Amino acid sequence: MYHLLRQIAKTGIKTEAPAHADAALRVAEQRLRTGILGLFGGSLAIRAVDAGSCNGCELEIHMLNNPYYNLEGLGIRFVASPRHADLLLVTGPVSRNMEAALKRTYDATPEPKLVVAVGDCGCTGGVFGESYASCGRIANVIPVDVAVPGCPPTPVALMQGILTAISSGVPR
Amino acid sequence: MTALPGAVPAWHALAESGRLPDLARTIADRGGRLAALWGADGRERGAGFALHAAFVVEASLAWIEVALPAERPRYADLSSTFPCADRMQRALRDLLGIEAEGAHDPRPWLRHGAWPADAHPLRRDVPADATWPNQVEPYAFVPVEGDGVHEIPVGPVHAGIIEPGHFRFSIVGEKVLRLEQRLGYVHKGIDKRFESMDVAAGARLAGRVSGDSTVASSWAYAMAAESIAGVTPPTRALWLRALALERERIANHLGDLGYLGNDGGLAFGLAQFMRLKEDVLRVNAQAFGHRYLMDLVVPGGAARDCDRAGIDAFLGQCTALERELRVLRSIYDDHAGLQDRFLTCGILSPDLAAKLGVIGLAGRASGQPWDARVAPAFEPYDRLAVAMKLARAGDVAARVTTRFEEIDESIRLIRAIVEQMPGGPVRTSLPAAPGGRGLGWVEGWRGEIIVALECSGGRIRRCHVHDPSWQNWPALEHAVIGNIVPDFPLINKSFNLSYSGADI
Ligand code: SF4
Repeated sequence: MYHLLRQIAKTGIKTEAPAHADAALRVAEQRLRTGILGLFGGSLAIRAVDAGSCNGCELEIHMLNNPYYNLEGLGIRFVASPRHADLLLVTGPVSRNMEAALKRTYDATPEPKLVVAVGDCGCTGGVFGESYASCGRIANVIPVDVAVPGCPPTPVALMQGILTAISSGVPR
Repeated sequence: MTALPGAVPAWHALAESGRLPDLARTIADRGGRLAALWGADGRERGAGFALHAAFVVEASLAWIEVALPAERPRYADLSSTFPCADRMQRALRDLLGIEAEGAHDPRPWLRHGAWPADAHPLRRDVPADATWPNQVEPYAFVPVEGDGVHEIPVGPVHAGIIEPGHFRFSIVGEKVLRLEQRLGYVHKGIDKRFESMDVAAGARLAGRVSGDSTVASSWAYAMAAESIAGVTPPTRALWLRALALERERIANHLGDLGYLGNDGGLAFGLAQFMRLKEDVLRVNAQAFGHRYLMDLVVPGGAARDCDRAGIDAFLGQCTALERELRVLRSIYDDHAGLQDRFLTCGILSPDLAAKLGVIGLAGRASGQPWDARVAPAFEPYDRLAVAMKLARAGDVAARVTTRFEEIDESIRLIRAIVEQMPGGPVRTSLPAAPGGRGLGWVEGWRGEIIVALECSGGRIRRCHVHDPSWQNWPALEHAVIGNIVPDFPLINKSFNLSYSGADI
């Protein structure tokens, strides 16, 4: 560890303060922090579920935890089990092969729970539509509180979607 | 044998079903490999079914078509010559009812119960909106017996933010005796979907087979469409595509290096690399209007040009990345804890990699010299002399090193591209209603993506997008043997294969 710290100091690498890309991000951040404080006692647990996405939406969900957006710093954690989750962040058109697993995850999430459908596919089925293999949008399979369009939605759009869900949908 | 026009050397030939096993063996003996396998239904045209295979033989693609009867379509198993054929054959049977005779594994692959065993959704007499009651069927995992052997089933929904799939570990103590993967959870019926689209609309879908490889797969699709149309895109468009492809490679490698550091116990690495990746995505958005460059590559060229400010931003980023990566790489290299986790972990030997037909980044880290940018070096790579990055250790450390070195090479390529890229238009129009068949072949960040396209009257008759994950997933089953269970996430990440891309 000493070695690493020395290297960092020597080479001048440090985690930059989150750079605010635009006003939208700053506003989203502040409102998220207040919303989470007021409604969830300062901490919100999210379970991400890929129900059939092309993995593009997952790329942006991953970016939420980079130092620019720093979702964890706002009191939002991604948790490993639906049983600990307040909110499900669901991507994809729901593939028929994931239909049962998504329903199981939803049922295992304690009430009150929120569901945010992510991406054009999550909102409408997107380019994959409905077919023998795809159930289409998330709301065709489980109740959805907020749908965030975009292909994939940007991290700021995702943050705004999460905020909309927590500020308007508790308890359902 | 007919030569297919276009950006990559490719031939199409008909073969008799009885000659297929010999042909496959001859190709294997000459150092060739199976690149993709799919099927088609031609019954409404008075033909039967067809088996299609694309082989890479001496830096060319050979597209072999085998006519099969309308009743009981069968061909001789290819997996005894090319082990990677196994899952492709099972998928083909699930979708079209074309059987590989003598194949050792009769279990379904993509069919989990969303359609019954006697239905085949990709047959052309099945309407696009047909559905069946969804009945999840049990799956016969291979049992592993012995003293003290335990099974750990994981997934399909995982603890992290990753795609769904099922992994079944058989372990003794902490050691993995066997891993069996069961995939297909994100099967979305992409091949069927293509058949309701025209060539232009298909480009969007092709770019979403595996979102992380959108540039590579939309380029391969465009290549196939341009081959059919007999159109060569403007030169500037080809250089823009290469620029985008290298940006895609860098973005994905950065993300992987971050997560590999994290899984190896160095959270610092995740924060640093994800910051760099975010910078890359922002410059993409600034220059091309999309963070992941989706829909930039279109049949006929590129959807938009890049202005001088965008080019300058790319160049500036090359310098910044180079500086930061030098530091980060030395931190990774000198970090004893991290190297301890990386070295000798998840070894895939060059011999096994060759036998399994492993390609792309994972293949190169196990000594397999395949890179379509080097051979056949499609334009503009023929002018760029890409240096292939090979390692032989085949462990996590080798896959980490290969990523670092490939980023360096991509930075060099971006500079060279910017310097040599000609001016001019970036898009040409395709004839209104092209018909025929074409192939595309592009080296994405994970490995080669192959697109086989057939259309008539401007509509897609059949389109198959082949992701390298088909070849590489089985290798992961071997690479974890003898490792401890807690190292699985690290080994898995070091391959970082696509679920969506191979579940189609
Ligand atoms: S919305 Fe776009 S990025 Fe997200 S899963 Fe659908 S196609 Fe992929």
